[in-house]
Amino acid sequence: MGANSTTPRTDIRISGLSKVFGSGSAAVAAITDANLEIRHGEFVSLLGPSGCGKTTLLRIIAGLEIPTAGSIEVRGKPVWSGTVRSTEATRPVSMMFQEARLFPWFTVAENVALPLRIAGIDRAKRRERAHEICETVGLKGFEDHRPTALSGGMRQRASLARALVTDPEVLLLDEPFGALDAMTRDALNVELMEVCARAKVTTILVTHSITEAAFLSDSVVVLAPRPARITNIVEISFERPRDLDLQRRVEFQDMVGHLRHLLTGAAA
Amino acid sequence: MSPRSQRLFLPIAAVIVFLAGWSLYVHTAVVSAFVLPPPEAIVAALSKMVFDPKLWHHVLVTATETVSGFVIAVLLGVFLGFFMARIPPVEWAAKPFIIVFQLIPKIALAPLFILWFGFGLESKIVISAALAFFPVFSNALVAFKSIEPGDRDVMVILQARPMQRFVMLELPTALPVILTGMEVAVVLAMIGAIVGEFIGGNEGLGFLAVSYLQNLAVPDLFGVIVLLTLMGLILYALIGRLRAWLTPWHVSTTHAM
Repeated sequence: MGANSTTPRTDIRISGLSKVFGSGSAAVAAITDANLEIRHGEFVSLLGPSGCGKTTLLRIIAGLEIPTAGSIEVRGKPVWSGTVRSTEATRPVSMMFQEARLFPWFTVAENVALPLRIAGIDRAKRRERAHEICETVGLKGFEDHRPTALSGGMRQRASLARALVTDPEVLLLDEPFGALDAMTRDALNVELMEVCARAKVTTILVTHSITEAAFLSDSVVVLAPRPARITNIVEISFERPRDLDLQRRVEFQDMVGHLRHLLTGAAA
Repeated sequence: MSPRSQRLFLPIAAVIVFLAGWSLYVHTAVVSAFVLPPPEAIVAALSKMVFDPKLWHHVLVTATETVSGFVIAVLLGVFLGFFMARIPPVEWAAKPFIIVFQLIPKIALAPLFILWFGFGLESKIVISAALAFFPVFSNALVAFKSIEPGDRDVMVILQARPMQRFVMLELPTALPVILTGMEVAVVLAMIGAIVGEFIGGNEGLGFLAVSYLQNLAVPDLFGVIVLLTLMGLILYALIGRLRAWLTPWHVSTTHAM
């Protein structure tokens, strides 16, 4: 990700980042000496097998894990000052998880509006905004349902709506569609790409699907386990907007092959 | 007969057969009607009792003690459960006291509470609360500990303040389990009130039961037992209503309806 004078500002800067869980002989390095810069509006995937530290890296960016060494800045502000999570640095950061994590005591609209409620926005305004964003992610008509009444795909739509309702600058996605069937997953990935492009949000996606990473991303960060580390950063320059037909093209297949080669090479 | 009407008919029929069998047994067997009065004698005693305003005073006293003890137990149990789930060192420090207080037969403390808090309502409320406390407390402790880390992450990302986290995540997560503790606790609260009235005092249904026994008015004694059962049933049903009102989303509610 070479920087030159015409590129947009850097949204996320990670330098010398390491995380060790446990101590002494039981210590496990979850990520070692990671360096990464992500520009505003970029879609970046963290790709690697289980145990490569991709989720840990994402959780450190979110401020959910405290790094053992190194620094992480969001738009120039350090996420961690000592052991304290900076609310200022993490305010524009939004996150979506593999499970929808909707609260069953709220309706879909109430779940989607939860970030606004916590931020102290009044009821009428947040209801209006929740309905607006529900329409964007294809949940129109489901606003007053309970989350338990929704299918897995619809729940993840609601979860995405909740992540986008505050107009975040940075969107962190931890295998958000990993538990869904292939068809739903493809459809949601296309929509995700469109929504992220329209919102001009910087997106970091954790995935172990090579196709997904190649299809969605502007660049793919390849990670390897034992020791968990970043091995390659690959630019993906297919023109946008992209649709599922892209996946049938030779260049795309070549890119997938290249990424697979990097992954297996890194694992060996 | 359809399964639906069978479900309505069978329990009613079973109760009628039971009461008829009871009556028949008392009238034909060697057991004295004085020791075990037939159902119709109990009904007669009851219908005389309910027109006595003094009875309703006793009912009110027992209800007041039970509800007060129960409310104290719930407030204290939920507060301490949350506090200890939140700050584990507090739980570690309190552990010996929790275990000992849990193992003591609380009923055995009743005379002590009478000594400390007198023969009035206060001692009964304390006994009632002591009995009702543990089911609420231990359920609240487990419930507040069982909040999923993934749900906590959501609240961290959303930068929720502690009070927001409590109202929007922790309390709703814990409520179904706390309510289960409350169902047990409400019955224990009533037992506590009655035991208190047995050993010291001059009002309440427990006191009434003892005085009927001393007068060998056995049908009236049975009448008091029937009233206490009804009171327990009403309290238990109220918790059920509370569950439907507070946790309409939960399977414990949707399956019950």
